[in-house]
Amino acid sequence: MSAAAFEARVREALRAGRRWYPAEFLFWLAAFAAFLLLPGQLLLLNEVAILALFALSLDLVLGYAGIVSLGHAAFLGMGAYAAGLLARHVTADPLAGLACGMAAAGLLGLATSPLVLRGSDLTRLMVTLGVALILYELANSFASVTGGADGLQGIMMAPVLGLFDFDLFGRTAYLYSLSVLFLLFLVARRVVGSPFGLSLRAIRDNPLRASASGVPNGRRLAAVYALAAAYAGAAGALLAQTTQFVSLDVLDFHRSADLMLVLIIGGAGYLYGGLVGAIAFKLLQDGIASLTPQYWMFWIGLFLVLFVLGGREVIHGAVRAVVGRVARFGRGAAR
Amino acid sequence: MLTILFDGIAYGMVLFVLGCGLSVTMGLMNFVNLAHGAFAMLGGYVAVLAMQRLGLPFLASLPLAFLAAALVGIVLERLVYRPMYAKSHLDQVMFSIGLVFMAVAGTDWLMGSTQQFIRLPAWLQGRFEIAGIGIGRYRLFVIAICGLLAISLHWGFTRTRFGSRLRAAVDDARVARGLGIPVNRLFAVTFALGSGLAGLGGALGIELMGLDPTFPLKFMIYFLIVVTVGGTSSITGPFFAAMLLGLADVLGKYLVPQLGAFIIYALMVMLLIIRPHGLFARGRA
Repeated sequence: MSAAAFEARVREALRAGRRWYPAEFLFWLAAFAAFLLLPGQLLLLNEVAILALFALSLDLVLGYAGIVSLGHAAFLGMGAYAAGLLARHVTADPLAGLACGMAAAGLLGLATSPLVLRGSDLTRLMVTLGVALILYELANSFASVTGGADGLQGIMMAPVLGLFDFDLFGRTAYLYSLSVLFLLFLVARRVVGSPFGLSLRAIRDNPLRASASGVPNGRRLAAVYALAAAYAGAAGALLAQTTQFVSLDVLDFHRSADLMLVLIIGGAGYLYGGLVGAIAFKLLQDGIASLTPQYWMFWIGLFLVLFVLGGREVIHGAVRAVVGRVARFGRGAAR
Repeated sequence: MLTILFDGIAYGMVLFVLGCGLSVTMGLMNFVNLAHGAFAMLGGYVAVLAMQRLGLPFLASLPLAFLAAALVGIVLERLVYRPMYAKSHLDQVMFSIGLVFMAVAGTDWLMGSTQQFIRLPAWLQGRFEIAGIGIGRYRLFVIAICGLLAISLHWGFTRTRFGSRLRAAVDDARVARGLGIPVNRLFAVTFALGSGLAGLGGALGIELMGLDPTFPLKFMIYFLIVVTVGGTSSITGPFFAAMLLGLADVLGKYLVPQLGAFIIYALMVMLLIIRPHGLFARGRA
């Protein structure tokens, strides 16, 4: 086969992978319709959208690039604090805050990527955990900037695009978060369906072979790590803006652990995993919290144990059967 | 100043007893057990209960803490840990974090979220001075016990038949199995021993580190530093790592308290970057 024909075939395959499936349209229609159908649940829906964006971020590094991370909360917190501080001291415009949060977290991701790319899985787990803990301690220590344990209070947001004011019921908040999620999802979908995304999966499945076929492993991984960090930063910025409050909690370890559970529930390596997982997780949390508010942690632990013992692909497989095969190359990505 | 050093050594000794079990199990089965701190907490609570409810003396509650944690270690190893060995590190991490969460919330439910205290016997309270150095009696006691433990562990690891089998299994479990070494049983025993030591360390550490339901989460990172920095192939590696950590932590908290735990986390990340396989690891991939 000639090189040109081969290239044409690869391009055709990529394009086929990027094609939209009917179920996907339905999914997003339902997400936007929820605004009208569930007017009393918008605050919860807003949380779901933010968590979904956060999970999308982890899916990019874990599901597609195979980088394990126990410290993803670092980027969430970075974005939240950056957006919150910008709103307090510079401008109250939400989109500027969003951009600022993404940029800050993305830069942090780029700066820490050399640390993460070294070593084995175990070292990565430790280093990402360490980075998140360092940020937590820093935010705790520099109380004059971050408000320390009291949190960053008094964030006032201007209307989105100068038109839509944030209200008590979360109407603007949900539509704003959902729109951001949708746009960033489109970007992520394009990225994983590109040759770049293909090379990431090659690295994940066999780093040695990928680098032998000319993929610059280190640079690709650094790029996707920074991208994912920016996504997490966006989630953090949304969180800060819609709740108008940032506390140390955004950097806490349980955020990273919760996020892992979200991806375990939804399945990693296909972008909808994070979204579906976020919905299931929040429903679960909400349901259990109304039954036994204090011991949520016990249940989350139990779910983690059961999911891992019972095989993580159970729900993942069921969901995938419903959603249909999103990406042709996303197959066997049940890591 | 020397008093702080002394405190740091005592702290490091306790960290060693807490972490050495983890380092062996991690080296042997390549299993990342973040729930190790839960065994330590169990030991601590057993000691507290034994003293408060049963009125046992402090010294008698220590072996009890060891036994209880070791027993739970054996049972859990049999029931839930064994299927996890073949899974990926990520699975193991998620699994053990789940266990930690359950332990934290469960303890909270059973015992309440308050800090637990114990009453030390009179001969362990207070401090005396030698050449201007204030030495806490209890810290001296801890150093003596943990030092003895460290020496006997090192002896057991390097000089006995059990130790040499263990080292062979850590180096290459498949070959060891092929040579007729019962790796699984070896591991169960080691797991129990490690959990028991963690329980003992938890009981000894109540006075130094405090004890409340969030103990496994708070100190998880400390154990991991001991293991990742010390390497998994000897007793001396984790020992020096624990010493370094204890000294750095106590010194840091005393000299620059506003930085909090920042120093040790930064230290860990730096060490892992310079030596990804641990500070004292032998040259093998």
